[in-house]
Amino acid sequence: MTEQVLLKNVNNPDALTLTGYEKAGGYQGLKIMFRDFSPDEVIAYVKDSNLRGRGGAGFPTGLKWSFVPKDSGKLHYLCCNADEGEPGTFKDRVLMEKDPHQMIEGMIIAAYAIGAKTSYVYIRGEYGLSISRVEQAIAEAYAQGYLGRNIMGTDFSHDMYVHKGAGAYICGEETALLESIEGKRGQPKLKPPFPAVAGLYECPTVVNNVETFACLPHIFSRGVDWFTAIGPMDAPGPKLFGLSGQLKRPGVYELPMDITLGELVEDYGGGPLTGKFKAVIPGGVSAPMIPRSGFDVKMDFSSLAAVDSMLGSAGVIALDDSASIPVVARRITEFFSHESCGKCAPCREGLTWAAKILRRIEAGDGLPGDPDQLEVLCGGIFGTTFCALGDGAAWALRATLKHFRPEYDALISKNNNRG
Amino acid sequence: MTAERTISTIRDDLTIAISEVRTRYPNARSAIMPALYLAQDKYGTLDGTVYQAIAEILDVPEIYVFEVASFYTLYHREAVGRFHLQMCTNVSCMLLGAYDLLGHLEGRLGIKAGATTDDGRFSIRAVECIGACDRAPVMMVNEDYHNDLTRARVDALLDGLEEIDTILDDLEETISEGMS
Repeated sequence: MTEQVLLKNVNNPDALTLTGYEKAGGYQGLKIMFRDFSPDEVIAYVKDSNLRGRGGAGFPTGLKWSFVPKDSGKLHYLCCNADEGEPGTFKDRVLMEKDPHQMIEGMIIAAYAIGAKTSYVYIRGEYGLSISRVEQAIAEAYAQGYLGRNIMGTDFSHDMYVHKGAGAYICGEETALLESIEGKRGQPKLKPPFPAVAGLYECPTVVNNVETFACLPHIFSRGVDWFTAIGPMDAPGPKLFGLSGQLKRPGVYELPMDITLGELVEDYGGGPLTGKFKAVIPGGVSAPMIPRSGFDVKMDFSSLAAVDSMLGSAGVIALDDSASIPVVARRITEFFSHESCGKCAPCREGLTWAAKILRRIEAGDGLPGDPDQLEVLCGGIFGTTFCALGDGAAWALRATLKHFRPEYDALISKNNNRG
Repeated sequence: MTAERTISTIRDDLTIAISEVRTRYPNARSAIMPALYLAQDKYGTLDGTVYQAIAEILDVPEIYVFEVASFYTLYHREAVGRFHLQMCTNVSCMLLGAYDLLGHLEGRLGIKAGATTDDGRFSIRAVECIGACDRAPVMMVNEDYHNDLTRARVDALLDGLEEIDTILDDLEETISEGMS
């Protein structure tokens, strides 16, 4: 069995307290960092680790930090994206509920690297237990001198707060998240400028995912060589996969990213609930589904991109023979339509229209031209919006048409009133 | 919740707590979201009087408060029942029978998703993914998660809630008798 690093403490309730977390080896990475590294050296070391963001895009973490200007004359901010809303994703909730100090330790490391005096943990409003556990852990970290003034006797000071989201998927998009902390509607902004240059309150800001932060203490306590030896070269380190849907053993699994999709759902997920697998959505519903013929793909960023999908949030949703692809596509499209912030017309109008067509097909009132119309809509949305919500919606829908067009045609041919 | 809510009473109730959350941010506008939560915890629902009071406490334009309250779905601008049943219907839950369970809830309570029973006890809402997909189908009752649901478990859950409801009614009666 793979050594559990990020999930080491999930069955260790003592780790919820600071002393229990320290007893399990916690805050060692932070101590080593303060002892041996300047902020620039921290950034260089994380670059060397080749850690890539665990939130969805897989952007190299050290590189992202290096974009923060050294001489802006402004305050710097750090934000933790814990607005886990991508359907099929629940790994960050586990990390916050079971091991909040691991994330906080990683945040302090990142804050030191980019010179941030203040950080906000943006947690989705539904995650009540995560919020209370993270707030409790932050209070303990203050009491122990890991947060606040002159942390561990250094001249580095840092304050950390929780900002509770209020039910808007779009706030997982980093510019929308920052707007939300500023007390506004969560509507994405055009990039550039990127948050590293002009983010929260127009100040240089880094936003990283919960799991990304959770990796950092281990990189410092066990070293870059240990980290890069795990998994594929261009996507090293431990990774969490959330398995759900029609498989026998759903749950969060920690594995290196060179595992194949088939191994993941068969060996770990325990196989389909009934019959055979039909397809898998590999990284939350934005990630285009992969039919069974493609299950030999490895679960890393570049391998999944090469088959026109993505690792995304690594929320793996399995569909067996009993699933209807047009129904799944309808549900996904309705989700994106509902969560569209309304700023960009192609996303707002296009998704409303697409959902209407999909409901019609499902109800048995589909028209022969509907699948082609859906293709046209996808083409009109993809690449024409401020943020990736519209892209993800169009990409996910288009994959269902590409791989399972006969299922649409079969439903439509049952409509006796057509044309 | 029947008591008259005025800007002045809201200011009396919330000024201290809102001023405390205000200190976490470099500007007042950022404190609007936590301020709305504080008001919702206190009153259950949010309305124009609340927006105006928060705007005064934070010294921001009232429209800033309203645009936030109307954008985010967890702020209740209409009353929800004592038990707010929020059934996830996104893909992982749907594949394991969430729509069947939603229909079962609707049948048992005699209301459609989005509505509240006439006695104000139960509201049903179909919601998007709540991040517990490994335990699908999942429903939240107020703040609490209920996992691995089946029709039988939903029935048992509702039976339990109805019992709690009676106890809460009795409690309220006792308290009001004690006060009079």
